[in-house]
Amino acid sequence: MRRGTGFGIAIAGVLAATATAVALPAAAQEKLKIGFITTLSGPQGVIGKHMKDSLDLAMEHLGGKVGGLETEVVIGDDQQKPDVGLDVANKMLKSDRVQFVTGVIWSNVLMAIVGPVTRETFLLSSNAGPSPLAGKECHENFFAVSWQNDQTPEAMGKYMSEAGVSDVYAIAPNYQAGKDMLTGFKRTFKGKVVEEMYVKLGQQDYQTELTQVRAANPKAVFVFLPGGMGINFLKQYEQAGLRQQFPLYNVYTTDGTTLPAVKEAALGVRSTQTWVATLANPVNRRYVEDFRKKFNYIPSFYGAQTYDTFMLLDAALKKAGGKISDKKAIREALRTVEAPNTRGSLKFNTNHFPIQNFYLQEVVQDTEGNFTLQVKGVVFSAHGDAYAKDCKMAP
Amino acid sequence: MVQTFNGLQLGVMLFLMAAGLTLVLGIMDFVNLAHGSLLMVGAYVASTITGWTGSFLLGLAAALPAAFLAGVLLEVAVLRHFYDRGHLEQVLATFGLILFFNEAVRLIWGPAALFFDPPSALRGQVEILPGAPYPAFRLAIIVVGLAVALALYLVIARTRVGMRIRAGASNRDIAQALGLDIGRLFAVVFGAGAALAGLAGVILGPITNVEPGMGDPVLILAFVVIIIGGIGSVRGAFAAALLVGLVDTLGRAFLPILLRLVLNPSNADAAGPALASMLIYLLMAAILFFRPHGLFPARTG
Repeated sequence: MRRGTGFGIAIAGVLAATATAVALPAAAQEKLKIGFITTLSGPQGVIGKHMKDSLDLAMEHLGGKVGGLETEVVIGDDQQKPDVGLDVANKMLKSDRVQFVTGVIWSNVLMAIVGPVTRETFLLSSNAGPSPLAGKECHENFFAVSWQNDQTPEAMGKYMSEAGVSDVYAIAPNYQAGKDMLTGFKRTFKGKVVEEMYVKLGQQDYQTELTQVRAANPKAVFVFLPGGMGINFLKQYEQAGLRQQFPLYNVYTTDGTTLPAVKEAALGVRSTQTWVATLANPVNRRYVEDFRKKFNYIPSFYGAQTYDTFMLLDAALKKAGGKISDKKAIREALRTVEAPNTRGSLKFNTNHFPIQNFYLQEVVQDTEGNFTLQVKGVVFSAHGDAYAKDCKMAP
Repeated sequence: MVQTFNGLQLGVMLFLMAAGLTLVLGIMDFVNLAHGSLLMVGAYVASTITGWTGSFLLGLAAALPAAFLAGVLLEVAVLRHFYDRGHLEQVLATFGLILFFNEAVRLIWGPAALFFDPPSALRGQVEILPGAPYPAFRLAIIVVGLAVALALYLVIARTRVGMRIRAGASNRDIAQALGLDIGRLFAVVFGAGAALAGLAGVILGPITNVEPGMGDPVLILAFVVIIIGGIGSVRGAFAAALLVGLVDTLGRAFLPILLRLVLNPSNADAAGPALASMLIYLLMAAILFFRPHGLFPARTG
């Protein structure tokens, strides 16, 4: 599960070749170790692949050096289990002695590791943004480079209210992020939520829930079913003939990891997101073009956020003068630095969660026949989360 | 009412898995955790062949022998050497096989989920009740499952092979003493169980996605089924599979609503889904309390 030896050797070679040229004594160079936790095995392993490929591209764009330092990335597989994630994080801290922990897809895994990691060093989430960490339990060493869980469904709720949807049936998995998503949705949705159905995390068959949907006869259905759960749900929604009857809206369900499998069954479905592959800013254009050239598929938001995490780390370390041991300077730099970003704009709030734009997107088929997402408009610009006011961070 | 159909469909699905598992455990006294991997093999082969040929039936026709072959190969190459060992070692060995199969599948087909469609004739919905359309493919699953159950019943109750299987299940040593070639019987039973698991994989494929480890959640339910039904009893497996299917489905559908009548809504919403997913295990505990050997125990003495 560890890569970096190859990297290390390559980087050492480059270093040896350039050391004299730049006239920088190698001894003065600090070595940077970054832990990256994702899910590589099991049904959700495809998300891990998207993230790892983006990490490779980010390292390539940075010339193998984050913050200008010799860098080794240690990759860990949490198998989508909080206990395994905790073991991986502890090993990174104790035996690999990493100075930063990044990655983390799942809110329940993040909640398990946040204590041990932030006690010792920085934790930068590339995906999960659970509500407790945005409010009362916020921590000076924790940064969410992605979003706060509630935010994206808040955008969906706002859009659906404006579209005049009067009542909705909501489905989400029964864990931290699922609860956050429905909380966020209800915060902005003006209509009635006729039912909040919580399913088991990782559930495969949704026929029971779909039958309940038909019986409840709502105006629309809103779901948060990430990764493989979404693939199953979207397929079964189509098979049950519900698509024509109840328009489907979602967050984190129709994305770059699920669309290649779901295809036509998701055509026209709308969702909200902070990043879309077609965003026209220069950083994003370079990221998407190079990614497609290198890996031959369309990246997803999981990948873009991973890329952003490494760009942020690079910019912050450079701003802090490349001194890894100076935690205070690094923290300040992470808070304030303007890093290149695939989303166009991203600023940290007082709780270290982003203030950013949220876009409406729709599943389309592009000219090459790929099923992908297209921006349909901005729902929120510079939107912060609802918990920042509860965060009393030690200055 | 429609939820009853959903329960029935889950039930027959579980039965296909449990029938093979219960015979292997009953006759051979062998705990085979790798049974879910055979389901996965069936699903992957069917998905690949269906993708190549565009025909679901050809996919099905290829998947059953493939699962049968994989089962027999597994039995001869690995499992045969573990019959005389304890259950713990069997569990360890077959758990290792799960990891092996999941990784092998990932190497061959990649980590991303595959996707294949039901046959075009079964793609629509059928109106089982006025105003309650039901996916035709799921209806077909119920029909196929019941047909397999009937066929298995006839084989086991009416044929010579069936008699031997029953003899083996009820008392292995005496059956062997009476001149039954247990080794050959094992291979046949194992292969047949594998083919049934493969069939389960083929019909599960178009509903859920085909992915590494897809058989493992089904396997856990299948174990619950054979324990409730009585180890070694196909009749018990059938009854228990339907029971588990119905309890799980109806629990998920109605328990949160029922709880709302007695608890305040926020507590009910928190407790409902958690309790619903525990329901079949509670059922198992309750049945074992009153009938420690399951509903239809096969073994005597």
